[in-house]
Amino acid sequence: MNKFLMSGNFIIGEAAIRAGCRFYAGYPITPQNELTEYMAEHMRRAEGGVFLQSESEVAAINMIAGASAAGARVMTSSSSPGISLKQEGISSMAACELPGVIVNIMRGGPGLGNIRPSQGDYFQATRGGGHGDYRTMVFAPATCQELADLTMDAFDYADKYRTPVMILADGMMGQMMEPVIFKKPKPRQYPEKFMLRGAGDGKSKFIRGLLLDPIDSEEHNWKLARKYEVIVENETRHEEHLCDDADLAIVAYGTAARIAKGAIKRLQDSGMKVGLFRPITLWPFPEMKLRALSEKVKRFLVFEMSTGQMLDDVRLALQGYAQIDFHGRPGGAVPTPAELANVVARVYSKKAQTVY
Amino acid sequence: MITKVIFSGFGGQGVLMMGTSLAHSAMNQGFHVTYLPAYGAEMRGGTANCTVAVADEEIASPVASEPDYLIVMNSPSLFSFQTKVSARGTIFLNSSIISERPSRRDVAVYAVPCGEIAQDLGNTRVANVIMMGAFIKKSGIVKADTYLKSLETIMGSRKKGVAEINRKAFAAGFDFIKD
Repeated sequence: MNKFLMSGNFIIGEAAIRAGCRFYAGYPITPQNELTEYMAEHMRRAEGGVFLQSESEVAAINMIAGASAAGARVMTSSSSPGISLKQEGISSMAACELPGVIVNIMRGGPGLGNIRPSQGDYFQATRGGGHGDYRTMVFAPATCQELADLTMDAFDYADKYRTPVMILADGMMGQMMEPVIFKKPKPRQYPEKFMLRGAGDGKSKFIRGLLLDPIDSEEHNWKLARKYEVIVENETRHEEHLCDDADLAIVAYGTAARIAKGAIKRLQDSGMKVGLFRPITLWPFPEMKLRALSEKVKRFLVFEMSTGQMLDDVRLALQGYAQIDFHGRPGGAVPTPAELANVVARVYSKKAQTVY
Repeated sequence: MITKVIFSGFGGQGVLMMGTSLAHSAMNQGFHVTYLPAYGAEMRGGTANCTVAVADEEIASPVASEPDYLIVMNSPSLFSFQTKVSARGTIFLNSSIISERPSRRDVAVYAVPCGEIAQDLGNTRVANVIMMGAFIKKSGIVKADTYLKSLETIMGSRKKGVAEINRKAFAAGFDFIKD
């Protein structure tokens, strides 16, 4: 097996090309520029591969929507403010049931914010982001190896459910280098009947998101909702780390989960039984898995590089079954494991409150 | 076992390259490794730093709360990072342009005149590789020949002269540290 030392942004690009991505459009923004750079240099390796630096983020998302409709495997990438610009197009892709991968290498917000790693786009990513009744699958990798694996998987899920899929990472994941092994991608399974490639002598096909008749539109919305139910039922992913005999579990994803693991090591060394519950899919959120864990663990601490967004999903999952504390560092601040360990130790040594 | 190292200096001194080359060689020697650069709106002459973690187990956090080693190539870096170094940690400093010394007494300090040694070798650009030679001799994180091989891979083997001067620079730094 060939091991490479690559930065997260490069890894996403390489994984996408290996997975058969043949159309990439993007517009530069820090801290995901290296991904666009990588696609510019390497897309030509792939037969029929198209790299396009668009005039704007809005153009990029609509270009990939068009290429997806024509049957290509497509990807675009940006960072927080750029992803906001893409929302209309993502909503449109969800409506038209067009597969595609959207990468968000999050930075500090709101507004232009800054270019430091952050997790402030959780709500935007998991609640659909754009207008209308839709969801996007959201993967939150925490290692460079996961970046490679989940990028490849994202294309398969996008095809399987004919929906846009988001990779939600942050500036640290994008810039960090770790050894990575690229797995063998699965051959693409996407029926030609969904592609617009000229009707020829057959019946004409069309893809549209404009459904003026409310009854048609309602039916379409319920169809999408049923699809999302299947995804919720079957596609949640998570990791449990040292949870078996834990008195307290940290709930964190992505970079925050890495920091949490470092903190847990320190806490375990000083005799505190602290574990980690790490959602890998943010939507669908591994709600039932977290609730099941609350049968063993009664205290949770949600840690996010935001003011508390995933916290809502944890509350919904635990519904009063357990005590929930929160620690957040928004706006591009990245805490050290030592800092988090101090916070957790304080919560850990507090007398547990009675939970009704 | 996990070792964390922070490299810091001016942009243009090859600080990120020092980190990359350590990360590469540690990977080639079979270790788990993470490399995290400080990125941002930087420029030549601005500040640059990176953190490398090397371990024989999965690395949780790529961030270093208390690095075991700090390698500083300019004075501002020494002031920024010296307080982070773990107790009984080690600081390597480029004494050619850093006249100050760490105020801490619980760390080992190695002053390496990278600039002067590089000048003697006839190429001031290899100051960073000289420092790597000293650092790898003292820390023993990776083997010298693994490091040199990785360095050659990163720099590209097309330019024979580059590989040659880097090897010389590494050896000069390596020999500067006496057992």
